Amino acid sequence: MKTTRLSIIGFGAVGQGVANALLQKHDYLESAGLNLKVVAISDSRGACIDLDGVDLEAALERKKESGSVATSGVMSFEVIRDVDHELVVEVTPTNIDDGEPGLTYMLEAFRHGRHVVTSNKGPLALKYNQLCDESKRNAVHFRYEATVGGAMPILNLAHDALAGNRIKGIEGILNGTCNYILSRMTDEGLSYEHVLGEAQELGYAETDPTYDVEGIDAACKLVILANSIFGMDVNYDDVEVTGITRITPEALTLAGDEGMVIKLIGEVKDGENGKIMVSPKLVPEQHPLAVGGTLNVALLKTDMAGPVCVTGKGAGSMETASAILSDIIAICKNSH
Amino acid sequence: MIVSMDLELKDRPGQLVQALKPLSMIGANIMSVLHHHDQHTPSGAIPVQVVFQLTNGKLDDIITDLEKGGVRIVSVGKKLMYEEVTVILIGHIVHSDMGDTIDQIDSTGFAEVVNLSISMPGINKPSSASLVINAVGVAQLGKALDILRRVASEKDLLVIEPIEKDDLSVKK
Repeated sequence: MKTTRLSIIGFGAVGQGVANALLQKHDYLESAGLNLKVVAISDSRGACIDLDGVDLEAALERKKESGSVATSGVMSFEVIRDVDHELVVEVTPTNIDDGEPGLTYMLEAFRHGRHVVTSNKGPLALKYNQLCDESKRNAVHFRYEATVGGAMPILNLAHDALAGNRIKGIEGILNGTCNYILSRMTDEGLSYEHVLGEAQELGYAETDPTYDVEGIDAACKLVILANSIFGMDVNYDDVEVTGITRITPEALTLAGDEGMVIKLIGEVKDGENGKIMVSPKLVPEQHPLAVGGTLNVALLKTDMAGPVCVTGKGAGSMETASAILSDIIAICKNSH
Repeated sequence: MIVSMDLELKDRPGQLVQALKPLSMIGANIMSVLHHHDQHTPSGAIPVQVVFQLTNGKLDDIITDLEKGGVRIVSVGKKLMYEEVTVILIGHIVHSDMGDTIDQIDSTGFAEVVNLSISMPGINKPSSASLVINAVGVAQLGKALDILRRVASEKDLLVIEPIEKDDLSVKK
């Protein structure tokens, strides 16, 4: 059995989800002929490194008790540079201004010949082509299914399962927070401000909700889809973005009178009238895109298979870890 | 324009072809033919309903030709606008002169606002409206929406449009 050595860079909700997933799936992975050994985990305060394999349960416990996984002052960058391993799981927080620190981590991993699996949208939304070029130059894999739609497979669906099809366009709900807010406003006739407060209490929305409600998060995901699936060379500034802050309960009622709901829809289209846009749209109540709660959904328009729709949980620790684990497994299988 | 015609044909072979020939000769695009074999009129004729699209305005020529061919025309219904879209507007709709917004679409001649519902929750609060626009064709509807987008942007109104129609759109 071939052993693949991993580092987990960033140990927040997603990083911990990955550790939990590796613990839970240990037997499954072994029976599939995969031996995944985590040799380092780092967070903003330092790292724990063990070339024989980090004790994941102890690491999770330490994070819970002391707020950090660190047993040494070795920093993330040094782990990527100096610890001998094959695959970097880069799960630091998203930063849409300059993509850091994730961008530097990913580029450094490529330079040292390490594969990268990430859930971090910022670097991809800003420097997608640079990252892909760098991974190719170093002949390593770069996978990022978890950056779009959480657990919902969309990139790998388009690249692998739908291989041979031309994808003509994609539209979907790519932000669970906005979907929760609009769904609650629709169901209860409550105001935007009221439901936002509720979402913040439940932990569905951040204290500063701008990133979600102004459509920025959805736009970043669209950029990744546009570059990865449609081969475009675009970044966040190329997206026309309108958020949900102006939506009123009355507008939702008027839409309901017409058998419609209002959803924050991201759309990217191939070809000459190619456009990338995030905006509130009217969706027929019976349409597959009209999913409720915090769900995400994507509709891929293909030339052979026709429309193909996937829906699923767009966020969450274990859900995101699911997408990351599937990328790790794909790399292990392909690099043998 | 979309025309719906109720005809009565004699119960004889070849009558339907006879009735449809003038339509295609004059350039109508036949959208639907309902042939009510089971509902003979008291005079023994068969009622047929034909719906067709006509872009050259030669409806009178069609009627003349049909009558010459011995087809009895019971009724003719015309619908000038046959593409429809519902959009939602949010903002200070009334105070930004809704009449002007509607006029800009109506004055095109190829599109018009046929329905408007406004909800005004309170003074100084943004209003919401649903607007139904009809147009003579898909391209014209697109132009009407372009006008609406431009006017809305000038008046700081948010326009919410429907997603594009696809195979998965299910009618109510």
